Amino acid sequence: MSEAIAINPTDEQVARAHLAHHFDTPQQQFDAGTLGMWMFLATEMLLFSGLFCAYAVFRATHPEVFKYAGQYLDPVSGLINALILLTSGLTMALAVRFAQTGKRVALSLCLALTMLGGVGFLAIHAKEYFDNGQAKLLWGTHYAPSVGPNGKPVAPITGLAALVAKPKPVASSGWHALKSLGKAGFVVSHSAIMPASIGPAGVAPAQKPAAVANAFQPANVQIFFGIYFLMTGLHSLHVIIGIIVIGWLLIRSLRGEFGPGYNAPVVYVGMYWGVVDMVWMFLFPLLYLIH
Amino acid sequence: MTTFTGNNFGDTPVVAAQPDNYLTHGKTIGSWLFTLDHKRIGIMYLVTALLAFFIGGMLAEVIRTQLLVPQGLIFHGTGSVASSYAAYRYYNQVFTLHGIIMVFLVLIPIVPGALGNFAMPLMLGAKDVAFPKLNLISYYLYLVGAILAIVSTVLGAVDTGWTFYTPFSIQTESYVVVMVLGIFLVGFSSIFTGINFMVTIHKLRPPGMSWFRMPLFLWAIYSTSLIQVAATPVVGITFVLLMMERVMGIGIFNPALGGNPVLFQEFFWFYSHPAVYIMILPAMGIVSEIIPTFSRKHIFGYEFIALSSLAIALIGFLVWGHHIFVNGQSAELDAVFSFLTFIVAVPSAIKVWNWLATMYKGAIVLKTPMLYVLSFIVLFTIGGLTGVVLGALSEDVVLHDTYFVVGHFHYVMMGGTLIGFIAGMHYWWPKMFGRMYNETIAQWTCVVLFIGINLTFFPQLVVGAEGMPRRYASYLPVYQPYMIASTIGAYIQLVAFLTMAGYLMHSLFYGKKAPANPWGSGSLEWETASPPPHNNFETTPSVGDPYDYSDLVFDPAVNGYVHIEKPADSLAPVTATH
Ligand code: HEM
Ligand SMILES: [Cu+2]
Repeated sequence: MSEAIAINPTDEQVARAHLAHHFDTPQQQFDAGTLGMWMFLATEMLLFSGLFCAYAVFRATHPEVFKYAGQYLDPVSGLINALILLTSGLTMALAVRFAQTGKRVALSLCLALTMLGGVGFLAIHAKEYFDNGQAKLLWGTHYAPSVGPNGKPVAPITGLAALVAKPKPVASSGWHALKSLGKAGFVVSHSAIMPASIGPAGVAPAQKPAAVANAFQPANVQIFFGIYFLMTGLHSLHVIIGIIVIGWLLIRSLRGEFGPGYNAPVVYVGMYWGVVDMVWMFLFPLLYLIH
Repeated sequence: MTTFTGNNFGDTPVVAAQPDNYLTHGKTIGSWLFTLDHKRIGIMYLVTALLAFFIGGMLAEVIRTQLLVPQGLIFHGTGSVASSYAAYRYYNQVFTLHGIIMVFLVLIPIVPGALGNFAMPLMLGAKDVAFPKLNLISYYLYLVGAILAIVSTVLGAVDTGWTFYTPFSIQTESYVVVMVLGIFLVGFSSIFTGINFMVTIHKLRPPGMSWFRMPLFLWAIYSTSLIQVAATPVVGITFVLLMMERVMGIGIFNPALGGNPVLFQEFFWFYSHPAVYIMILPAMGIVSEIIPTFSRKHIFGYEFIALSSLAIALIGFLVWGHHIFVNGQSAELDAVFSFLTFIVAVPSAIKVWNWLATMYKGAIVLKTPMLYVLSFIVLFTIGGLTGVVLGALSEDVVLHDTYFVVGHFHYVMMGGTLIGFIAGMHYWWPKMFGRMYNETIAQWTCVVLFIGINLTFFPQLVVGAEGMPRRYASYLPVYQPYMIASTIGAYIQLVAFLTMAGYLMHSLFYGKKAPANPWGSGSLEWETASPPPHNNFETTPSVGDPYDYSDLVFDPAVNGYVHIEKPADSLAPVTATH
């Protein structure tokens, strides 16, 4: 990235003015910042990797759940969001370019467009969350849809599956629990783990995907939605943070702070936004395109 | 000749005595709280972590006092099972807090945070770490995390054990969310410190200091940082999931909601095994500095020690399964993890042999730091070997969750990390505060501590092998003699630590003024005054071989070591021209 920075005398002065006392040259400072940013982004990926692992484990042990629940999600909105993020990735990359070449108007425009992309992404996603909430396609005990992914009413489940699919609440949930931070509503008496002979699906062998394709729902579909909300929620949080930071860049760019001599923040945020985009390119097929 | 350029502050002429040092540079409280000086941040870590160590230590004394008698001396019921249950719950809280404080607030941050922050930039001849503001943020994340831990304790102390195993941690009526949030923040402090230190070592090494001319402490810090950066995010997300479990009932780890509680253990140990190397590697780095200095001999096998740190960092990621041998892991995986656990002991052993070879035929000076290092070698070897015993699958099936495990990890964590830290603290103390402590008392304290540690933890290995389970508030009467011995050991340790606190405090006010280089070390931090000036170096130091002691001689006039005329050879150091 650095080779593109042409340093003319005034830029040199700008660069010197931003040089911290413990660095020798602006280049050294910039390289240090870039390396630090890459490492930080690596930790971000690792943060997500925990969730990807959980995804892999449950998908391997409960394939029928993923097949069934994946049909509830709308691939079209996922795809639109992917395209939006790709475009905003492009505008962000252009922003970095314009910051380095000192095109201030173009820089501000690109930053604004990137923000717009982020907001659009969130809007579509919020709509999806809202619909999920309406249909009660939620995690844990909140999962209670009345129709299956094919639009037909969900058939009542009997026998073993019923026992597993309609779990007794052990943890209180929602804001109520947040307020009391865990005090209220816990069954402390004895372990809530079911006897091994009946066994929760998590530790017992997975159910046979017998009645997958239609209105019969497999047990433990709520797990999919737990993972879905965690993954997309964490990602959306990153998008929100990105929008805020890009907004801050926009203000600074309107003040004319960036140019060939000083553009490190734009470069670093550009790297961050690239990673946020990339995570969605993984999430989209994993969650929306399960076949 | 390479030039060490860009030193904006080095032009100040050398003054014989510098009245202004980093401790006196600003006198207001704000000049400490908002400081960006790595040395001051190091001192703030030191104070905070030692405070945490005091609290954790008092909790340990409570545990040991409880176990003086089989039914429990402090917490015990009044006859009925229900009353015992109620009383023993306090015991669960005490050992949980002890473990959490010692692991997350003391052992993980103390060496990088306190000694690493103080010494690393000095050893590089640099003015600061790469990101001074991030460094301060790291400290405050650590502090806020520690405060949250206290808050959760006041609200309702956690009783899950430091491992937070689900599903109990989902069900217990204690403030797990607040505690886990605190640890989450401490984890991010650790990540940021790791990033900061890695970038510093990559980008701020002075010209002439190639990777293989760095002091070994820096290799250790670098490898540690690598683990911090690569492992901590995983425990971060794990703890987020645990919080989600309690707040929202998300269900990933909750068997009643279709989740998998063993998954939590996998995640937890994927971090926490590498985390034991976060604790031990920097201590090994300290040992690698002290041994050659006090043997007056070049370190033996520099490359092996340096690269074994990296090897430990990498292989350490592949052995977490040895914590869950008996918790529902398949036999095939068990065997693989057992094998890998044997492998990870090899690089540690390589270090030990190289240290011994360094001492061999050296002119050993038994000053306090060196005494602590010797006790480190003995204790860590016991700890490491008991680790290999546990790593052998068939043995672990028997020994898992017994006191043998407790003995093992205390030998490595106390005998290794903590003793290594104390060695480092005594080694750099004159540099940090410009004062010498009383050598005689310090040496006796070291001996007493060594006895105390062995008396405390060796009996635990024995009762563990005889089958006494860990984490119980009461025990069978047959174990009582061992338990009494262990408790006496803990009291002896307490005496040693209080003495140490006493003579170190005393030295701050009445200690002899320290020379720039009291031990005759060859690395750069000893080239500047004790304590160093605000900008670290008045004159830019020249980079040489950090383990070359041939030109260092003791000068009674300054009561420390000074350089004599350097022999001109091919390894001639890079000279500063600024
Ligand atoms: C040098 C080679 C080492 C080996 C081969 C080793 C091996 C093991 C094994 C197999 C266990 C599992 C025992 C069980 O739960 O049944 C274990 C537990 C443990 N080890 Fe090590 N270990 C080593 C070094 C260390 C070091 C350096 C530390 C820390 C500084 C450490 C800290 C721990 C802790 C904290 C536990 C138990 C945690 C718990 O169950 O609560 N170990 N070790
Ligand atoms: Cu381990």
